[in-house]
Amino acid sequence: MKSILRLCLAFCALAVVILGTGCSTVQAVRVHPWERGLLADSTMDPNRDALGTAMMDHVTSSREAASGGRGVGGAGCGCN
Amino acid sequence: MRTLARLLLTILAATAAWDFARADIAVGDAFPMPGAGMNLPAAEGKVVLVDFWASWCAPCKASFPAYSHLNEEYASKGLVILAVSVDEEPKAYASFVKRYSPPFAVLLDERHELVRRVNVPTMPTCYLVDRLGHVRFIHAGYHGSDTDKALRKEVELLLSEK
Repeated sequence: MKSILRLCLAFCALAVVILGTGCSTVQAVRVHPWERGLLADSTMDPNRDALGTAMMDHVTSSREAASGGRGVGGAGCGCN
Repeated sequence: MRTLARLLLTILAATAAWDFARADIAVGDAFPMPGAGMNLPAAEGKVVLVDFWASWCAPCKASFPAYSHLNEEYASKGLVILAVSVDEEPKAYASFVKRYSPPFAVLLDERHELVRRVNVPTMPTCYLVDRLGHVRFIHAGYHGSDTDKALRKEVELLLSEK
């Protein structure tokens, strides 16, 4: 009986820690829309270097027969 | 055992309630207008359009000429436009304001105090507040002529209310 009680207490303590430290889905950390200034920077755009992108496309298509998968446009501000 | 289960459920419910208690400003709510002493135009008894924008937000840039037209047309009839920047860098804010020189009031919410209270869903978002200070319409994002037409219609409706 004592061991069950200890187990329950440990479970409760773990739950409190998880909830209290923001590790749960309820308190999931998210970047708010007004905090995305850095994400909107041009340096965050994966296709900012057109020549580099073309070269990588050539390499992946010729060596790995893979192409595409660059559907994300712009940087990460997520506006509109 | 039951007591422990109840305790756990209470903790879960309290945490969820705390999270959901931070509700967004919705239609019908009183809008938390920025405090006095900020050199803003008097908004009492007027229809107010509060727009949250940032210099790094492309649709925000597109919305400024539209708000200028609205201001030109409706300011004399009782519309006040207040554009709140959420820029973290005052230099970026100042440069934007200098470049676009908006004919309406702009202010910098550098510490994100107002935007946190309002909890805007996206950038930009504008709130149309009636003469009594209640939010009547919310536009999340700026969608060119569609937003312009809707705003014009709503501003006219709110201005017609006495």
